[in-house]
Amino acid sequence: MIEVQVGEEREASAAALPSVPAIHTLELAKRYRTTTALAGLTMTVPKGEVFGFLGPNGAGKTTAVKLLVGLIRPTSGEGWVLGEPIGDRLTRRRIGYLPELFRYQDWLSAREVLRLHCELARIPRQRWKEEIGQALKIVGLAERADDRVGTFSKGMQQRLGLGVALLGRPELVLLDEPTSALDPVGRHDVREIIRDLKRRGTTVFLNSHLLSEVEQVCDRVAVIDKGRVIALGTLDELRGVENALRLRVGGLGDAGEALLHRFGEVDIDGDWYIVRGIESDAVPRLVAALVQLGGRVYAVEPSRQTLEDRFLQLLGGHTGDTRDGYTHHSASDPA
Amino acid sequence: MAILTIARLTLREASRRRLLLAVAILTVVVAVLSAWGFHRLLQLPCGPDYNPHPCSGSTLRVIAATLLILLMFMFSFVLALGAAFLGAPSIATEVESGVTLAILPRPIRRSDVVLGKWLGLSTVLALYAGISCGLEFVIVKIALNYVPPHPILAIVFVVAEAIAVLSLTMLGSTRIPAMACGIIVLVLFGMTWMGGIAGAVGAAFHSHAIESIGTASSLLLPTDGLWRAAIYNLEPVSVIVVGGSVGREGSGNPFFVPSGPTMAYLLWAVGWIAAMLSLAAWSFKRRDL
Repeated sequence: MIEVQVGEEREASAAALPSVPAIHTLELAKRYRTTTALAGLTMTVPKGEVFGFLGPNGAGKTTAVKLLVGLIRPTSGEGWVLGEPIGDRLTRRRIGYLPELFRYQDWLSAREVLRLHCELARIPRQRWKEEIGQALKIVGLAERADDRVGTFSKGMQQRLGLGVALLGRPELVLLDEPTSALDPVGRHDVREIIRDLKRRGTTVFLNSHLLSEVEQVCDRVAVIDKGRVIALGTLDELRGVENALRLRVGGLGDAGEALLHRFGEVDIDGDWYIVRGIESDAVPRLVAALVQLGGRVYAVEPSRQTLEDRFLQLLGGHTGDTRDGYTHHSASDPA
Repeated sequence: MAILTIARLTLREASRRRLLLAVAILTVVVAVLSAWGFHRLLQLPCGPDYNPHPCSGSTLRVIAATLLILLMFMFSFVLALGAAFLGAPSIATEVESGVTLAILPRPIRRSDVVLGKWLGLSTVLALYAGISCGLEFVIVKIALNYVPPHPILAIVFVVAEAIAVLSLTMLGSTRIPAMACGIIVLVLFGMTWMGGIAGAVGAAFHSHAIESIGTASSLLLPTDGLWRAAIYNLEPVSVIVVGGSVGREGSGNPFFVPSGPTMAYLLWAVGWIAAMLSLAAWSFKRRDL
């Protein structure tokens, strides 16, 4: 059974941590008159990590990101970004941000937008040309650099937004649904950019509801629903291992199937047998016994939940009740 | 400085969106038409139809001064409208469209955005006022050899009036959608203009209640007070003498001012504009985006 740890110790503060995390929040909340957009976000994102922030529409993901970059003020709770309180103006020099719903001045060209952001980000003027050229190249807009943004498709504007977020080699890049307007090629490009950022040691906070995207690039993931983190951990921790085995075996007679039943509960999925409840040290014995009975073993693999399965399980099982802002889930919790 | 970056961006937007070009063309059109009109004025006869004779220099100067005040009124009205049209969407539309979401996470203060836009738009208004009004003064000088008493001060007050409208509109723009903001400010602008006329009538008839309406409106929104300061600086002594001699009947004339603004009022107007800007910056800073 794998326990998915949620939340951090309430007493912890940014200063007390051994190394300053990229993001640290304690019960960060945002309430509007009758709506709770974020009920109490407690999480820590270490530097250098690609952190996925998953949740259904309206879960509070964008609210959380806006709080982190100072676009909205928290109703309660605290948060630190790169060791400084959220909203700190000078810290924003070290942050790149791609908003979810945004527009650039449609009367500017892509190059001019990048130049404007170089100026606003206080990047030394002698570096502008290099930064702009690199950003345009990375997001694939070099050939459209001097076209007006007003002529760009939504996907191209999102590419430009990503380029803007990368200016000045920020230590932390927050991407809010960065691929929502992109085609499959664009999505692949974004994944490569994120991987490249990770190689450079940049922390990436990826806000998304696209599970496959998160699954492919993130080191750790927080799942948020109804304004609260309901699970947080590495992908393996989140997905969990079911103590189940998938086997593709030919030539199994009744005796072979009976053998399988002795090791656990058996399901059939097409050509595959799924044996649930089998301990890992029993697997070699099962395979040897199957071969002895004349079975032709083509494949043996541990059965894992997909992130989607786990995500749906978490959302289905989340009733919203929490203890002091913390909710604990385990992979074996009933959905 | 971020303020200057935003101000330059605002000016560039005005240029890219062909606002400057449109204003330049309209200024030229108005200048050409008014030059033709002032030139024709010279050829018009004075006196009765059976004994026409050329108008005297003093008559022409009074006519020129009056027409110039009317022209300046047109410019001041256009400037006030322009200030409302430019100021109303300056923050509101950018918030609605998501432009601010991309700008504000940069290491800049929100007040930088407000002040930068204000500075850029004020520059546009001042350029328009300076060039168009200055052009008219030159035309009148060439056509009628008349120069108003304080042309520069008159332009300064017309610009200040537009900047007062702009500052109030930008305050509204931090919280109210652009269209509603523009309409509200223009209604207030019109009410203040009427309040000024009511105040003048009240003063002429020694009605303190009516006069206080004018005083209150000129304090709450100093646009009419600044417009009256502009008129005063355009009036030659002869107009002030003639206007003053008309008595109570002339008190409702919105294009005649018997006395100039006090220093206290001018300081109030400057403080009022600064207060609107500060409130706009504070309001925008407090807004969740």
